[in-house]
Parts: sequence; structure tokens; C-alpha cells
Amino acid sequence: MRNVDVHEITKIVKRLSIEACIIANDSLVDSFKRSQAKEESAVGKAIFQQLLENVEIARNENTPICQDTGFTVVFMEIGQEVAFTGGLLKDAVNAGVAAGYTEGYLRKSIVKDPITNPVNTGDNTPAILHTDIVAGDKVKITLMPKGGGSENMSRIKMLKPADGVQGIKDFVIETVKNAGGNPCPPIFVGVGVGGTFDYVAYMAKKALLRPIGKRNADPKIAKYEREWLEEVNNLGIGPAGLGGRITAIDLFIEVYPRHIATYPVAVNIQCHANREKTFIL
Amino acid sequence: MIKLNAPLKLKDIRELKIGDQISLSGVIYTARDSAHQKLVDLLKVGIELPFDPEGSVIFYVGPSPAKPGQVIGAAGPTTSYRMDPFVIDLMKVGMKGMIGKGSRSAEVKKGLIEYTGVYFGATGGAAALLAKTITEAEVIAFPELGPEAVRRLVVKDMPLIVVNDCHGGDLYEKGVEDYKK
Repeated sequence: MRNVDVHEITKIVKRLSIEACIIANDSLVDSFKRSQAKEESAVGKAIFQQLLENVEIARNENTPICQDTGFTVVFMEIGQEVAFTGGLLKDAVNAGVAAGYTEGYLRKSIVKDPITNPVNTGDNTPAILHTDIVAGDKVKITLMPKGGGSENMSRIKMLKPADGVQGIKDFVIETVKNAGGNPCPPIFVGVGVGGTFDYVAYMAKKALLRPIGKRNADPKIAKYEREWLEEVNNLGIGPAGLGGRITAIDLFIEVYPRHIATYPVAVNIQCHANREKTFIL
Repeated sequence: MIKLNAPLKLKDIRELKIGDQISLSGVIYTARDSAHQKLVDLLKVGIELPFDPEGSVIFYVGPSPAKPGQVIGAAGPTTSYRMDPFVIDLMKVGMKGMIGKGSRSAEVKKGLIEYTGVYFGATGGAAALLAKTITEAEVIAFPELGPEAVRRLVVKDMPLIVVNDCHGGDLYEKGVEDYKK
């Protein structure tokens, strides 16, 4: 067994919270440049220029890329040879989020009881924590601050098996179309297919963590990713929703076996501020 | 790029058309979900707003906290449709301009024609860039709302695009129509 003190986790989560909100990944910046070159609309090109300047200013002035620094979603892959010491893992993650959002001057956007007492918790906790037990003795922590505007445009649907792949595709395109300019295009589209009602939404979110441009390992699914991305971009929504060639920069599909009676599909939309940072302990 | 000053004048608003790229300077106010509810509640009981509504421009934003020495934190627009139910009441008392992102309801678009108003799009998520155009910020109402408090902002050359003009134009509809395949 390898012992890991949860105070280490707190420190890492704190650092990842601040870095994710302020420093855009190079892969994201590169995708803006490539998309700007492909964009045909003059306004669309100007929007990409603003986005490129924005990530530069954010990095230089230590200011968040976007004021909505999100609901903090933490994915942890925990090697099954790891034993945590010094406290509860969940508490350690939340302590890291609280410290990061407070000391990093990030916006606190979480209210306590959604129905009866919607007062701000004051430190952006609690986080959403997904854990996966894997082989080995490492801990991989990925932190994704997820904005509310794009989350609001995400959808889930329990299709009938008879609806088939056409039904899935129609739902994906329709979801992006209905979202229009609201989720801050150019967007990233995460699609989950299969599993259960809860698991399909988790897959759609996790799909957004895949590196930009990396296709699903299954060539048949990879083909759908390319085709549906093209159809999404044929909608003409464009950067900031003002019309243009690039509505989505990438589209990722994750699949899981399904029940013979069900055909769940989830579409999680991510804004252009596609923020995530990873650390392996 | 058209230079424009806030508060807005009627003759300036009438000249604006969709797709115009604007550089806005002057005094504007921030308000989003909860602040709108409170502003409209004040109007209902006949209490004056915490700012002069005549010609005013409201920016839908909940900035991130300012660091020491900073005027304001990151300050990009939030999605506007959530404020749609409050717009007509504010336009009735003189509010003329709105800055946000995303499309507006048919009721709001009708209101822009009836009360001669304009809806500007700011680039969602370009929050560090937009914050640089804000030279002064002061909370003037509802401090208990935190990021949602009403702020008076002085802006210089804020980059905006006219999305809905007072002639019934809608750039979201037209722009998408132009690029749809």
C-alpha cells in the first residue's frame, strides 16, 4: 500500500482551481487559432481575436478567463493500492476548492439549498466529486470549473431503441441548435450514449475532458464524431452566436453498454472557456 | 467602429443597426437575476431606483472579486434571457440599453421598438478583456447580493456589437441565416 496524506490533495486541488480558471491550456489556445483561420465571417474572426487576447490578458494579469468560475467538478482516478490518511478525502477536496476560490479571487457561485435556502456558501463548495478506482498506486486529479450558462443548455433524453443512431444524432443537433448563442460558442460538445439515466450524463461530461482533436478509439464512433461536428457547424450559429462557420470546435462521444429496453443519450455543452487542469500524484 | 456614450441619447439609438461594432464609453450599471427582481420590486411600490434610469445602460454581469489594487475582477456578460421578464418594466422608466449575451424574447424585441432601445452583445467569456475597459466600479445597491450587487461602472471603449436595434433587427437570426448550410 502507498499512504497518501489528504492534506496533499487539498494543496493540489487549491492550485488546480486557480490555474484552471486563469491559465488556458495551450491546446485550447491552438484550437482558437486554427478555428480563426477557418472562420469565414468577419465578425466571427473578430470574436476569435477577442478570445485570443482574452486568454493572454488573463494569463498576464492573473485574472480569471471568465467571471463565471463555475461549479468545481473534480474527477479522481485512485489507484487501488492507495490508502488515504489524515482525514476524509471528500473534505480534503472541498478544503482545496474553498482555499483556491478564496485566495485566488475566483467567483463563488454556489448556493446552499437549491429550493429552500439559496444563500451563497461563500467559498464555492461543495465540489462535485467523481471517483474511479483503477489499478496501481497513483492518484490522478482532474479539475474542471463548469460554467452555468453552458450547463443550462445541456440536455438528456431516454430514447427508444427503435430511434436508433438517427434519433441520437437528431437530439445532438437539436440541442446545439436550441442553445444558439447562449452557451458562449464556439462550444465543445460532450455526448454520452448508453448506460443508465445517471451514467449517461456522467459520460457526456467526461467526454469533454478528452484532448481536443482526439477521436474515439472505436473507428465507427470516431466517424460519427466527425460527421456530427460537421452538421453542428452547418447550423451557422458561429462564434458568440452571431453567425459563422465555427459553432463547435470539437465533439466527443463516449459510449457504454445499454439495457435492451433503453437508449439513453446526454449532451453536455461546454463553452469556449474549456477549462481543466490535471495533476498526477 | 462607432464611438458611443452612455447614458444613451435617443438620436444615437435610432442610428444604430444590427452588426454595428461599438466602442462604448461612459457610465453604465450592472444587474443580473436577483438585482432585477429587487429593482422591479422597488418600482412596484413606487420607490426610486438606486440610479437615474433615464438613458441608462444595464450590463448583465456578476464579476469575480477584485484583487487588491484592481478596479474589478473578470467581468463578462451572463446569459440575457433570464432577465427578459423584467425588461419592459425598466424600459417604461427610461432604461435604454442592455449588454449581455444570447437571444431575447419576442416581448423584449417589441419593447426595443416601442421604447426605442438597443441590446448590445458583449463576447461571452471574454471577461478579462472586458474588465480592462472598466476604469471605475462602485457598489451602489444590494451589497448583500455579492457578485450580483448593483454596481456603477465607468467604462472606456468597451467592445460591443448591436444585436437587436430599435428597428426590429435581430443579428442572431440574420447572422445564422447567412451561414446556415
